Amino acid sequence: MSQPATRAKPRPLSPHLMHYKLLPTMLMSGIHRASGAALYFGTLLVAWWVTAAAGPEDYFNWVAGIYGSWFGQLVLFGFTWALVVHMLGGIRHFIWDTGAMLEKHTATKLAWATLFGSIILTVVIWVVIIWARSAA
Amino acid sequence: MSNPNDMRTPLGRVRGLGAAREGTGHFWLSRVTGLALVFLTLFVVGLLVALNGASYAELRAALSNPLVSLVLLVTILTGLYHMWLGMQEILLDYAHGDFWKYALLILNTFFSVAVGAVCVFALLKIAFGG
Repeated sequence: MSQPATRAKPRPLSPHLMHYKLLPTMLMSGIHRASGAALYFGTLLVAWWVTAAAGPEDYFNWVAGIYGSWFGQLVLFGFTWALVVHMLGGIRHFIWDTGAMLEKHTATKLAWATLFGSIILTVVIWVVIIWARSAA
Repeated sequence: MSNPNDMRTPLGRVRGLGAAREGTGHFWLSRVTGLALVFLTLFVVGLLVALNGASYAELRAALSNPLVSLVLLVTILTGLYHMWLGMQEILLDYAHGDFWKYALLILNTFFSVAVGAVCVFALLKIAFGG
């Protein structure tokens, strides 16, 4: 392969991420992607759980014990939040897809609504879980 | 209709696909699977909250209900397709160099298919009383 005799000067690069002030819409964009990636690997927990349910009772009880431990519950709480924040982030994208709420101040409010909404919904889900457990 | 700045060939215009040859297919599929997942996930989260603390027998009885089993199967397959698309997008953004890009894209497919196979097999095994 022949190379061009004179190489053009390096193309300009956009400033690195660290040069920008962190904005709510930026934060929620990052959280959307990070929660999506977390959910990707979270499917391993789903696969393990259904496999255990399909297997012998002793094995299921052992796995249920791990999921029910304080560490397991903490991971599942995080899983719930990742699911909720990613879902609300997705709904935010559906709204934007229609062309609505793209104005920057509105978009910022929507970003905060996604974050606080996800925290509230996750806590509500876990309050119901703990309430159902104590009522049972 | 004719845009003087349009540099595409007449055939390219008819096909309506971009440089990636896929047009908006990736975008559209991630939206369609995402829309389905809003409803599917709400059902599954509700189911899991209801099954919270269930015994082995109770859980297997719930998972062998045909409607529950079908919704779970559709949720898992839709979810895996959605995440496969999403991870592909992440990899195309961050994986540089052909070796790592293709290796990770292939790994993404292997992972998604493997998780899907395990989940589908386990759910069917429970549904068919195995």
